[in-house]
Amino acid sequence: MPSWLNRSQLLLMATLAVVGIAQSLSGRLDSYILSVAMGVGINIILASSLNLINGFTGQFSLGHAGFMAVGAYTAAVLTGRLAPQWSPLFGGQVFLLFPAALIVGGIVAALAGALVGAPSLRLKGDYLAIVTLGFGEIIKVIFQNLEFVGGAKGLNGIPDYSNLLWVFGTAAITVYTVWALLNSSYGRGFLAVADDEIAAEAMGLNTTRYKMVAFVVGAFFAGIAGGLFAHLNNSINPSGFDFNKSIEIVVMVILGGMGRHIGVILAAILLTVLTEMLREFGDYRMVIYSVLLILLMLTRPQGLFIWPTRKAARRQNA
Amino acid sequence: MNRSSFFQCARWFTLLGLLVLPLVGCKKESDSSGTAAPVAGAEPIRVGEYASLHGSEATFGQSSHNGTVIAVEEINAAGGLLGRKIDLITDDNQSKAGESATIVKKFISRDKVVAVLGEVASSRSLEAAPICQSKQVPMVSPSSTNPDVTATGDYIFRVCFIDPFQGRLLAEFAHRTLKASKAALLSDVSSAYSAGLGKYFREAFEKNGGQIVIEQKYASKDKDFRAQLTAIKAANVDVIFVPGYYTEVGLVVAQARQLGITIPLFGGDGWEAPELIDIAGAKNLENTYYSTHFSPEVKSPLVEKFVATYKSKFGAVPDAMAALGYDSAVVLFDAIKRAGSTEGPKLRDALAATKDYPCLTGKTTLDAERNATKSAVIITVKDGKFKYLETVEP
Repeated sequence: MPSWLNRSQLLLMATLAVVGIAQSLSGRLDSYILSVAMGVGINIILASSLNLINGFTGQFSLGHAGFMAVGAYTAAVLTGRLAPQWSPLFGGQVFLLFPAALIVGGIVAALAGALVGAPSLRLKGDYLAIVTLGFGEIIKVIFQNLEFVGGAKGLNGIPDYSNLLWVFGTAAITVYTVWALLNSSYGRGFLAVADDEIAAEAMGLNTTRYKMVAFVVGAFFAGIAGGLFAHLNNSINPSGFDFNKSIEIVVMVILGGMGRHIGVILAAILLTVLTEMLREFGDYRMVIYSVLLILLMLTRPQGLFIWPTRKAARRQNA
Repeated sequence: MNRSSFFQCARWFTLLGLLVLPLVGCKKESDSSGTAAPVAGAEPIRVGEYASLHGSEATFGQSSHNGTVIAVEEINAAGGLLGRKIDLITDDNQSKAGESATIVKKFISRDKVVAVLGEVASSRSLEAAPICQSKQVPMVSPSSTNPDVTATGDYIFRVCFIDPFQGRLLAEFAHRTLKASKAALLSDVSSAYSAGLGKYFREAFEKNGGQIVIEQKYASKDKDFRAQLTAIKAANVDVIFVPGYYTEVGLVVAQARQLGITIPLFGGDGWEAPELIDIAGAKNLENTYYSTHFSPEVKSPLVEKFVATYKSKFGAVPDAMAALGYDSAVVLFDAIKRAGSTEGPKLRDALAATKDYPCLTGKTTLDAERNATKSAVIITVKDGKFKYLETVEP
């Protein structure tokens, strides 16, 4: 292993390489499998980024679908409606235009995150949950009333740019960023805020700023996930980014175990694939899905994919 | 192994069991459908139907689905098409945005459907239409009335009239029958259907010399409309136009009557549902009107037969959505028969050539924009029953 790479960076490189190979072979997969696979990747991004806010920093945000919507609409407008104006900047190359649109979408979502976060992150627990819930609804209603982006009819005819490489590449980068952030000396502050806010404050941590950073970073990746979603589905509708969508993401985080990297990824994969597999059951699909969730929570209240690591066991014994 | 770790193991196995269960379940299910479906040697013709069987537009979705099922059963009882049975594959999108695209991708790439039927709601049809268009699989929408749906491309058709026509005929109805010159508009901003119909009504009503004095808005799932209605009451209008869906419309009507608003309320085909009477209350619905595609009271052998079959099978009187669900399927079957093939381009050409085909909702001709031109009916409510009032020709 070269000395300038640590293990996690190597893992990131390996994932990107595997995704690259998968993408070059994706022509042979049928488009349904491909779209479910990309749905999985997008949900990994959403769940991992929400995990930073809800899991690691211990805040309770219910507005993730709102940030996703901001990113989705921004990116879709940039690659669709505004493409003639600004795609010459990139020589009309999709492989430059698309990531640029995604990043701008992410940045706008991050700004929205900062806008919501600044006044509301001084609130704690339930209050924050309600403010973010309200924010999600406001975003939805704003897009419903914006004729420029199709209003209630939604925005259609978005180009088909998402592929395995973009989706899983972004997913790998998201997971790595969240992981690296938390394992930096700065990032320990997030855990401190989650563990005991008053103690953290007493130690001289600016807890509001930590919460803000978590919120903005989370919103940024949610925005990118939204952009990928828009270019996968080719059509977005404000009602697709409602409260239920936020809850779906929260469920992934809770099921995977708040503040666990791998658990949340596995939960995102499981829940996405499960909803597709249960299609066969027709009428009973949602009943079975809910029953499974209840049973899972009863049997694994600590999260689905948590097993005591040596470190955690040591912490418990201490 | 100590006690607690034994329990941990047991829990893990329960969990594993829970996870594997659905997988085993669907395996079996798909196997059985795979062996049961092909009848008499020939491979069946697969038709995909995406529908809102649950969620906010469930009543519409289910009615439409029931109608489609009857059409499929009739054609299979008559020996199928091109010597093959029709195999209808239905998937539920729970009235949610984002589901229809995945379902239609599955239909096309896994189930190898020759055509797609759906949906009642325009916003979800708009989601599926680009996929059908790019894969060259014809799609026939039973009751999406927004003009943009068929504008997606030459593989997208519909068997219902469109909102500009409905808005125009309602404006004429308000002008001629209700003798209204000042109207209030109360539309649902969260629905493409409602916003569109409201816009077309306004254009036609103002062209006829009428005036929209006040416009109020709501969003679907709202429960309280008193603020909007109070403002409308103060504006002193002749009629209130509510282009929404029955869930909210029912509450709007009930609350309007509570506030002492006695003027007529009227709307489009989104009102059509037996639940409207339960939600609004029979007495409140006196002096309300809506336009729709179909009335079971129309005297025609085709309609009478359909009503009888529907009653015996589902124990209810079919509504317009059921009739359109049936029509979307028979128009498609007729096109398959005329094309003599299930290839996308041939099927598209046959569908585009549909002319004066006898449907439940009137003779159907698909025009150059792949929209149906056909008559509409006006329904009113008398003593808690839907009553056929008049037929409006295009």
